[in-house]
Amino acid sequence: MSLLAVDNLSISIGNVTLLDGITFSVDKGKVLGIVGESGSGKSLTALSVMGLLPLSRGRIRSGSVIFDGIDLTGLREADYRKLRGNRIAFIAQNPMTSLDPVISVGDQIDQVLRLHLKMTRKAARQRSIELLSQLRIPEAAEVCKLYPHQLSGGMKQRIVIAMALAADPDLIIADEPTTALDVTVQAQIIELLVQLVRQRDMALMLITHDMGVIAQACDDVVVLYAGRVAESNEVGAIFRQQNHPYTQALIGCIPRAGMAPGSLKGIPGSVPSVSSYASGCRFHPRCPAAADVCRTQTPQITKTADGGHVACHFSAGVQG
Amino acid sequence: MTVNADSTFYRVVASPGGAIATVFLATVIFVAIFADWLAPYSFEIQNLPMANTPPSVAHWLGTDEFGRDVLSRIIHGARTSLKVSVVAISVSVCVGMFLGAMSGYLGGIFDRIVTAVVDLTWSFPEILIALIFVAIVGAGMYSTMMAIGIAYLAQFTRLTRAQILSLKNETYVEATVSLGAGPRHVVFAHLLPNALPPIIVAAMLATGDGIILEATLGFFGLGAQPPIPSWGGMMSNGTAQIFTAPWIIIFPGLMVALSVIAINMLGDSLIRALDIRSQVRPA
Repeated sequence: MSLLAVDNLSISIGNVTLLDGITFSVDKGKVLGIVGESGSGKSLTALSVMGLLPLSRGRIRSGSVIFDGIDLTGLREADYRKLRGNRIAFIAQNPMTSLDPVISVGDQIDQVLRLHLKMTRKAARQRSIELLSQLRIPEAAEVCKLYPHQLSGGMKQRIVIAMALAADPDLIIADEPTTALDVTVQAQIIELLVQLVRQRDMALMLITHDMGVIAQACDDVVVLYAGRVAESNEVGAIFRQQNHPYTQALIGCIPRAGMAPGSLKGIPGSVPSVSSYASGCRFHPRCPAAADVCRTQTPQITKTADGGHVACHFSAGVQG
Repeated sequence: MTVNADSTFYRVVASPGGAIATVFLATVIFVAIFADWLAPYSFEIQNLPMANTPPSVAHWLGTDEFGRDVLSRIIHGARTSLKVSVVAISVSVCVGMFLGAMSGYLGGIFDRIVTAVVDLTWSFPEILIALIFVAIVGAGMYSTMMAIGIAYLAQFTRLTRAQILSLKNETYVEATVSLGAGPRHVVFAHLLPNALPPIIVAAMLATGDGIILEATLGFFGLGAQPPIPSWGGMMSNGTAQIFTAPWIIIFPGLMVALSVIAINMLGDSLIRALDIRSQVRPA
């Protein structure tokens, strides 16, 4: 059984449906990548698993989120609080703003340990220093005494990761953990995160818009487009062969060494806004293979020959 | 004692204004605490033959219409003024922060009630609220304290509420909630400490205003009752002799003015010192 199984999840804010029939699962010790353009519903998916939808006034319309046998959709806030940080941890998008500016970073990590593991001040601090050392922060004991504004972005993100890892959760959700960082630090941080997750046999849900990160870190990948799953598969398979034209276009956007100048393609058109989703397949206005059926009928998710899932009327036609 | 070069205190006294204000206020507080030992004469025993003598070697600041030493009464008056203002504002800050944090964080009906009451009191000048309260409860030192405390409650409730409202949408609040923190932890460990700097500064400035308000109530005869000296009460007595013995009213007035200026200067240097982002990383 999967550690986290999201089945046919639909989410709305007001009467606008933002996520429509999202299905995926994460197993222990695995890294699942969720990829898509801005506004495709990646962050909302993360928030719904964390039970933080009320913060953005969202509501689950249908579907289920099962974590280790517990249905999270009907969970009481008090019970949810015991899971958060303890069994499911969250790494927010921007490390610059996700640390409290008036509390030293060591104390912030200690707080998680003292809350969930009921550690004493001293034991918590010792563990925090260990954690930071594992995240390859030199002079961790000294760094613990510093305040967020005294640290660089990469250091801050390591602190945030340390807070997420602190209580040894089973699942970590990282929402674009490196978008605010320098490219040079990005790869380092992702590598470190994935390495620690695998060492501890945790599961990681990595949200990104960067196919490069997916290729580097993930086992499986879910491609979201406009609030729906376009395609999901094992990473190797998806890079070998894309069953959905959107995935194909995304991979076409990765720059490669030796490319002729000007040959890097974007995806024509732009991400539709929630109020103007196209009928039928939502990708059809930007799809090179669109036909009449795409305009009228919503494609169902079907199993493909290579073990993945795809929602496209012509998934056979786009192969190769 | 070693002074940490990075501490807020150090940064306050490092500025000239902050240093002068700190020294002046420390002196006033010291004098107020040890008034019984420092005052050259008793503040209450009358000496009518010596009434209205101008400043001299024996009586540095002269004597009042009952022959009491003005300096001794100013020293004892400092105790009244400071005690009333500091206690009143402290209570006001604590209650105001609690109400403001609750209404800002919880919102809903509680917030609407608190905001309505606060806005109502906010529309009256502080002096009027204090006067109404003293009129109801009666004159005296403790009712003056309560009156001043209530008069400033609206200000601190509003300030805290506004701070909490803007802080509760910060990412780090969402981040701590996502790591399992409950509402109590969010409010007391994250929101209030972040809201504190402007509240500290406002409290400092309000303490200065509190001294003026105490003097005003004393001037109207509603503050500490005779023979306990207060600066406002002394000025009130001095008005009758303002042309014959001006020192009776001038020196207490001067003390009120200097104390308030010093507190304001200290408040200004605190604003700069508390800006944590202006600090650089220690090497």
